[in-house]
Amino acid sequence: MLERAPPNALGRSLAPNLFDVAALALVIGALVTVVYGAHQTDVPLTVLDSTPISLDPWRLPGYALRTTLRMLAAIVASLVFTFVYATLAAKSRRAEMVLIPILDILQSVPILGFLTFTVVFFMNLFPGRVLGAELASVFAIFTSQAWNMTFSMYQSLRNVPKDLEEVTQSFHLSWWRRFWRLDVPFAMPGLVWNTMMSMSGGWFFVVASEAITVGDTTVTLPGVGAYVATAIKEQNLPAVGFAVLCMLAVIIVYDQLLFRPIVAWADKFRFEQTASAESPSSWLLDLFRRTRFLRALATNVAATIESTTRIRIPLPNFPKLKFQLNVSGRLIDAVWIAIIFGSAAWIGWQVINFISATLNWSDVQTAFIDGVYTLIRVTILIMLASLIWVPIGVWIGLRPSLAEKVQPIAQFMAAFPANIAFPAAVALILHFGLNANIWLSPLMILGTQWYILFNVIAGATAFPSDLKEAAESFHLKGWKWWRFVILPGIFPYYITGAITASGGSWNAAIVAEVASWGDQKLNAVGLGSYIAKATEAGDFQRVVLGIAVMSIFVSLFNRLLWRPLYAYAENHLRLG
Amino acid sequence: MLDVADASATAALIDLKNVNRSFAKANGDELVVLEKVDLTIVSGEIVGLLGRSGSGKSTLLRIIAGLIKPSAGAVSCRGQAIDGPPRGIAMVFQSFALFPWLTVLENVELGLDALGVAKPEQRKRALAAIDLIGLDGFESAYPKELSGGMRQRVGFARALVVHPDLLLMDEPFSALDVLTAETLRTDIIDLWVEGRLPMKSVLMVTHNIEEAVLMCDRILVFSSNPGRIAAEIKVELHHPRNRLDPTFRQLVDSIYARMTQRAEPRPAALEGIPGTGVGMVLHPVSTNVLSGLIEAVAAAPFNGRADLPVLADRLQMEADELFHLSEALQLLRFGMLSEGDFLLSDAGRAFADLETDERKRLFSQHLINYVPIISLIRRVLDERPSHSAPAARFRNELEDYMSEDYAEETLETVISWARYAELFAYDEKAEMFSLENPN
Repeated sequence: MLERAPPNALGRSLAPNLFDVAALALVIGALVTVVYGAHQTDVPLTVLDSTPISLDPWRLPGYALRTTLRMLAAIVASLVFTFVYATLAAKSRRAEMVLIPILDILQSVPILGFLTFTVVFFMNLFPGRVLGAELASVFAIFTSQAWNMTFSMYQSLRNVPKDLEEVTQSFHLSWWRRFWRLDVPFAMPGLVWNTMMSMSGGWFFVVASEAITVGDTTVTLPGVGAYVATAIKEQNLPAVGFAVLCMLAVIIVYDQLLFRPIVAWADKFRFEQTASAESPSSWLLDLFRRTRFLRALATNVAATIESTTRIRIPLPNFPKLKFQLNVSGRLIDAVWIAIIFGSAAWIGWQVINFISATLNWSDVQTAFIDGVYTLIRVTILIMLASLIWVPIGVWIGLRPSLAEKVQPIAQFMAAFPANIAFPAAVALILHFGLNANIWLSPLMILGTQWYILFNVIAGATAFPSDLKEAAESFHLKGWKWWRFVILPGIFPYYITGAITASGGSWNAAIVAEVASWGDQKLNAVGLGSYIAKATEAGDFQRVVLGIAVMSIFVSLFNRLLWRPLYAYAENHLRLG
Repeated sequence: MLDVADASATAALIDLKNVNRSFAKANGDELVVLEKVDLTIVSGEIVGLLGRSGSGKSTLLRIIAGLIKPSAGAVSCRGQAIDGPPRGIAMVFQSFALFPWLTVLENVELGLDALGVAKPEQRKRALAAIDLIGLDGFESAYPKELSGGMRQRVGFARALVVHPDLLLMDEPFSALDVLTAETLRTDIIDLWVEGRLPMKSVLMVTHNIEEAVLMCDRILVFSSNPGRIAAEIKVELHHPRNRLDPTFRQLVDSIYARMTQRAEPRPAALEGIPGTGVGMVLHPVSTNVLSGLIEAVAAAPFNGRADLPVLADRLQMEADELFHLSEALQLLRFGMLSEGDFLLSDAGRAFADLETDERKRLFSQHLINYVPIISLIRRVLDERPSHSAPAARFRNELEDYMSEDYAEETLETVISWARYAELFAYDEKAEMFSLENPN
């Protein structure tokens, strides 16, 4: 029987081929860099002070490695969090009641505002070690990545096809086995896509979190972000240029070596019954698939991992447990809800106490007025970016050969941490003596506008050609064509991009509304600068107030504007 | 076939006594899906559950599979009460239910996953099942690379590999095209007759009358609302059965007649029974298809009276689909069902000869006269000064009588029929009925 379907691991021959050599070099190289980088984090904090950041461009690859490792650590943490949190929320109704609203709020909390507390917290956890500062930075990236990954996983788990669920039941799969054979594979495509999006967003925060000042504590972690911060202090524009180039290279390498292979591999988990015309490919994955030795190794490792999912973990018999409690099920619900609201009220009260210790109503008012300023900025910027990028995106998207070339660039621009380029803009504003209140604003959308562009391109590319032809044959042109043909066609895509862009802009406000170049400081009135200044001063009350107000603004903005628009787009304008 | 004389074979494999199943409706009432179902399955037989869609036969199958619990009654498998999926029962799904990320071989092995079979043994049995069902050579393919028929073969292999006592099949051929379905049916029956299939008995759900007669030893005809076993028919024909055999045709005809029989009149005041007054469940049937059917029956060779199996064959329709259509026409008094035949009424014959606008007028008259929910909506719209009313008002009223899904379907049907008849307009975004048609 074995002759007919030999296990993949056996291969045709065990002799390594040329691909093996190349692949092996890559693997060993990756291992060495990880070990080296990890070793660097376990040194005393004083080392950071004795070896300040050098602007020598040859040091940049080393810095970039440290930055990249932080990203990796954060993504691993995010994945672990996602698996636990999403599973808990999807499988337990009572946990869901609490976990999902919390996740919803966490999504709208400005990530950079977190830094203030986490830096202090982690530094106290590992006093005198670099590890504390590293963890604070990793945590900042984590908070920028975890929420949307968790949401994606949760939604997948809630939408597992009924018939497959019945198969696992009727063939008596244990819950552990079912989790790995059904739940996780089903969630995989969404999770991979969201992880990729998270990584794109993450570069921004890793750069922002490497050089932080909270009150008297200043942390400068070796990395590209700290390099840029030093360049700003020393007004070294060429160094900023080197950092930009280095970041470009890092993102390309990351994409090619990590994400392309994963996306290509995850393609098999897509839940569709027909083969799609085009599936993503990766040269690296192809390389590894062609190697004999490595493929054999991978299959064996996979088989070992797979067999661990067969372990039947003895669990208390859930149905029976539920049956016993059924009588008082409603009572438990009531108690549970009472506990939730009780603790929420208590925590809310504590927060108000904390804030009102030093602040009063006029401070709240100031924060809200600043919030309105930032709101106006975000709104105007999104409108401007839409006016510019929607026509361009449509133009590109309708030309497939062009779209194919531009789309990766647009996605790449979205991943590029715009804050690295801020100093150049600041230098210009200072040089021409422009109004900071107006001219600092574009920085907020510098990095996030690309989400609008690449989503619109995707929408225009996916626009059905029969509709295009129909419009053409009925001589629909000019404004009519935009109004009745293409704009409704791309609207769902545009909304997706605009939501991401607007969320990112709120976050960016914290680093964009305050900028400096050497000892010259620029300041725009807004909630972002309010939080940034409070952080620098170590004024925790104001930071909490600022974060709370921004969370409220973002939540309301999402609920009152984006969600209805998104629902409308999904219900009325989704094609196919 | 298997040895029926064997003593253990006569013992009941599955025994259902007085099984009821109901679901909660939106307003808190119970919607009864299954009522007083008794069923026994012994070794060595293929039993068919034949009924209209929505008659609760899939629910019954899932109760036997241990996936759904009955609301009342006793269900046992080899004398043991069923609590959760019992060992020795495997299922084939209408939608195939294959894992797209697993290869054919892995999908089949999944069936053995929880049985604690050693890996080499697992592989051996999986390959044997794949071999048996004619999937040789496709072991390492992914489901999306296969055609529908091949995919369902994987579904069969996955169920057979566990060597079940009872194989449950939930409309296994209805997602396949006619030709593929026929090939697969024949293959399964051939294997069964040759005694090469590892299971002792088969229970299949279907709405296809010919399929049931072709495959089953015993057919249980289900009535709808609530689902009950209305008749039991033994099929004594020898395999391989011939569809053109007069006995075969006769049997099909008689089942058609039985399934189109009007249910015995029910007390109209009884709450919760769909089919009367405003609470009538309407199935979404396009007015285009209705007109088409009227025209087809009015024309030669039927000239106003059509034998349902012949009509189904001619129009390339499933019996179930044809039932829905002819019942809609019966409801609108354009025709009537009797003894497995469909007869056009005078109004139906008139309709066939009219022009579009006149057809619409006649159709709207019949809607007002014979569809209570439509006359209600029209009356409300006439009475209100604004001549508009939210759909929610009528949806709520419908949900007093039926499940949310049926209410939605009924409303959908009302909207499409009323639009055709130009009785009233509906704004989907605002979810409002109104008398104003856009100019």
